[in-house]
Amino acid sequence: MMEILETIERWRGEGQRIAIATVVGVEKSAPRDPGAALAVNERGDVAGSVSGGCVESAVYEEAQDAIVSGRARLVTYGISDADAISVGLTCGGTIHVFVERLDW
Amino acid sequence: MIFERLADSLRTAQPAALVTRLDGPQTGAKLLVHVDTAWGDLGTSGLTHAATQEARALLAAGQTAIRTFGEDGEPVGMDVRVFIQAFVPKPNMYIFGAIDFSRAMARMGKYLGYTVSVIDARPIFATKARLPDADNVIVAWPDDFLASAPVDERTVLIILTHDVKFDIPLLHVALRTTAGYIGAMGSRRTHANRIEALRRSGRSDAEIARISGPIGLDIGARTPEETAVSIAGEIIALRENRRGGRLIDGTLPVHNARLADAML
Repeated sequence: MMEILETIERWRGEGQRIAIATVVGVEKSAPRDPGAALAVNERGDVAGSVSGGCVESAVYEEAQDAIVSGRARLVTYGISDADAISVGLTCGGTIHVFVERLDW
Repeated sequence: MIFERLADSLRTAQPAALVTRLDGPQTGAKLLVHVDTAWGDLGTSGLTHAATQEARALLAAGQTAIRTFGEDGEPVGMDVRVFIQAFVPKPNMYIFGAIDFSRAMARMGKYLGYTVSVIDARPIFATKARLPDADNVIVAWPDDFLASAPVDERTVLIILTHDVKFDIPLLHVALRTTAGYIGAMGSRRTHANRIEALRRSGRSDAEIARISGPIGLDIGARTPEETAVSIAGEIIALRENRRGGRLIDGTLPVHNARLADAML
């Protein structure tokens, strides 16, 4: 979050609606620690990351949806997940990502 | 607005914890906790109060974690998970000695997310122009500076003076701190001499073993920049309790397990 704060503030200044995805939990081997965050604006610009790149595009879709619907959700990616084949972590870990619209 | 208050806290390096509710109809509710104040509401006053207390405990330890409470904040409850993210100021890297290696090390320290200070008693060498990446360039005797500088477990001390006149008094002060890393540059012979001097003045082997000397990982670094990489590798490896060899030769998971593991 710290690294993308300035970008988020700039987007807010431009009146963009924004969603933030934050790693809230990891199991086994995961590339980013809890607290790592990715932000998306309604134009589609992205800042930050939640993994080594393996689940970013899936998280991006969730974030786009959160911007429109305003619905916050907890999403899990990893070997134990049904989505693993398509968007699993190549490192074999599991991450839990909270996706929300920035309306707080 | 919570976000603006959080942004202000981060800008002014004020410790803050951001709490997010992960369950129930108020999923996404936020609470911002400082040492002495809190803003926001997680749904019930009991939950808000309990999470505030827990956030302050995690903030003091600089830890981020998930905690579970009852709907009204009961500590044994399992109804509501909250994510507590601690934002603490950057750790300090103190580099002693303003030499060529210090310039490269300061740059590496910034890159790794430290607040970097370079300390040297000689005003001709300790200049911002020679150390453009350092946050602070301080003209002071190294041991005097360290005796009054803030140090905690995340603090990194890098001693590049390699002159016994500076090194030994500085190492005495360094060993009295809780610094997470104490590295001292110099050849094996220089370091053997240092160990002798420290032993003579009453330092135990266990204390002396805290010093990384010769400094850095064994990667054959030649330039100041390569040496900075070698030292950076050692700092990370010690923090993570790793040996610092090649992953190809190991069997451990690539990333260490984290505190928040298995909390969900």
